[in-house]
Amino acid sequence: MTEPVDHPAARALAERHRLRIWEAIPWLLALGFFFAFPKHLGFGTELLVTVLFAISLDLVLGYAGIVTLGQAAFFGAGAYTVGILAKQGIWHEPITGLALAALVAAAVGFGSGLVLLRTQGLTLLMLTLCTMALLEEAANLAHDYTGGFDGLDSLPIAPLLGRFEFNPLYPTTQYLYVLVVLFVCFVFVRTLVYSPFGQSLRGIRENMLRMHAVGAPVRGRLVLCYTLSAAIAGIAGGIWAQANAYVNLGTLGLDRAATVLIILVLGGHGRLYGAFIGAVAYMVLSHFLAKIYPTAWQLGLGLLLVVIALFARNGILGIVAALGRRPAPRATS
Amino acid sequence: MIFGVDVASMLLGGVAAGMVLFIVSVGLSVTMGLMGFVNLAHGGFAMLGGYAIALAMKHWGFGFVSALVFGFVVTAAASAVLERLLYARLYGADELDQVLFTIGLVFMIIASVTLLIGPENQPLALPSFLRGQINLGIIQYRAYSVVLIAIGIVIVGALWLGFERTRLGAQIRAAVDNRRMAESLGINIARLFTITFAFGSGMAALGGGLGAEFLGLDPQYALKYLVYFLIVVAVGGLGRVTGVFYAALLIGVLDFALKKYVPQGGTAFIYALTILLLLWRPQGLFGARAT
Repeated sequence: MTEPVDHPAARALAERHRLRIWEAIPWLLALGFFFAFPKHLGFGTELLVTVLFAISLDLVLGYAGIVTLGQAAFFGAGAYTVGILAKQGIWHEPITGLALAALVAAAVGFGSGLVLLRTQGLTLLMLTLCTMALLEEAANLAHDYTGGFDGLDSLPIAPLLGRFEFNPLYPTTQYLYVLVVLFVCFVFVRTLVYSPFGQSLRGIRENMLRMHAVGAPVRGRLVLCYTLSAAIAGIAGGIWAQANAYVNLGTLGLDRAATVLIILVLGGHGRLYGAFIGAVAYMVLSHFLAKIYPTAWQLGLGLLLVVIALFARNGILGIVAALGRRPAPRATS
Repeated sequence: MIFGVDVASMLLGGVAAGMVLFIVSVGLSVTMGLMGFVNLAHGGFAMLGGYAIALAMKHWGFGFVSALVFGFVVTAAASAVLERLLYARLYGADELDQVLFTIGLVFMIIASVTLLIGPENQPLALPSFLRGQINLGIIQYRAYSVVLIAIGIVIVGALWLGFERTRLGAQIRAAVDNRRMAESLGINIARLFTITFAFGSGMAALGGGLGAEFLGLDPQYALKYLVYFLIVVAVGGLGRVTGVFYAALLIGVLDFALKKYVPQGGTAFIYALTILLLLWRPQGLFGARAT
């Protein structure tokens, strides 16, 4: 008999949180993009924000298994926090502004999560949808603060660290700023999902009844996860508003919520790096196709979703993992 | 007196809208209750049916009534094929897969309709006997709304009889309440699913055609009204014909009244009400059990 510690399964479990060499690739690529395509940094910034938003969704959907159609509610809450504070002349500083956006979004997530997460299935789906629709209507109605349908533009955002201006035409500051924020948030989420807390989320996803039976505080864990995810989505929204100096109702809409869901599922949910792959695949395709053939793009996107749902339930990374399973031990876990 | 007339006309308009909501949503409620399938493409079927009806009247010389029958049959047949080929693979799958699949289907329906027919609104010309006003004693009212209410009452009556008094209805009720038990008793669930799905989509097509007059008919229809259909189903309870009927009337009248008296923020009120209601009774106002 071998000692349990030496058992391959035990070793795999104990070592799965360790950094792997390939994990540096996305960050090197992101840095390389900065030097290689200085003219496309606006697109790059949008891409990085989308990755951050998709990661926030991965935490609730991929790890805790909460199927939500309302994640954009938190993106919008963060974006409007930054937008309204800047427009009213209350707060212009970007980094603390992001912290405020995260706080407001987390409060919205905590408040709605406390009540929503008592339900399951279709009811939960409907409630997330209705909460987002309610926030959208509220933003539309509070015209004096939110600008209503037109939104708020030319937000006065102070220079980063008091030195680096946000220039809308040459968004070098925005790109690096978003990259750093994304990195910090990613490290946080990566640590979280490999912690005992992350493990208990996976347990809840796989079998909620058993987690109740072993005495795990299921609802508390879910609410906490939902709140943290909301905070990250709020950061994504806030940074989007800062980078574009602009907020509108689209930040809160079903379109954005559905898009981020598609991106995450396309890349592969519950896999951390699925958000990167999905966002790159989706954004590059839509960048080139959506403007030229919008209708054909929608048709192709629909077809892609149907195919993913029927045949490739784990997205691109799932296909890669399935292909790579034979020669090497699983690349992703 | 003026206020009374106002209230009466508001009630009539709201009830007529509610009838259309009911006709579209009833199929969604039954398929969700029966199969536990989150079908976000249901609004797409309603739209396809509406298009079939509008095109049949415009280009192929159908009358209004025969076009409605045509739309019902075409949509029911198309959805039966989809159900056998694709939907059936996802029964019992993750909710997420069902959501993705049906969102994909909606996108494909919207894009196909835009490509083949165009993004503009399709006018649906009512026959002359449905235009004009009708004298109801106290008020003059649009004949079409009154006819819609009559159609809705006939349909809910027929559905109720079909559900409560026929063999097929009993089988559906049995399967909604306890699928495994129904299966053990020898009920052919797969066949039941196909029939119900096709019938529900056909009803949605009818609703799409009947409601086109005030809901409009353009490719965005499939997503625009989806939240309303889902709210009706969630409030009414899954798999409950009468529950959906009351919920549809409630939402129809509320929406009509709020749009009239509180043009700003009426929709927000409906969302808020739905949230509160689902927190109070997750199974819906008329649903018998938790889902």
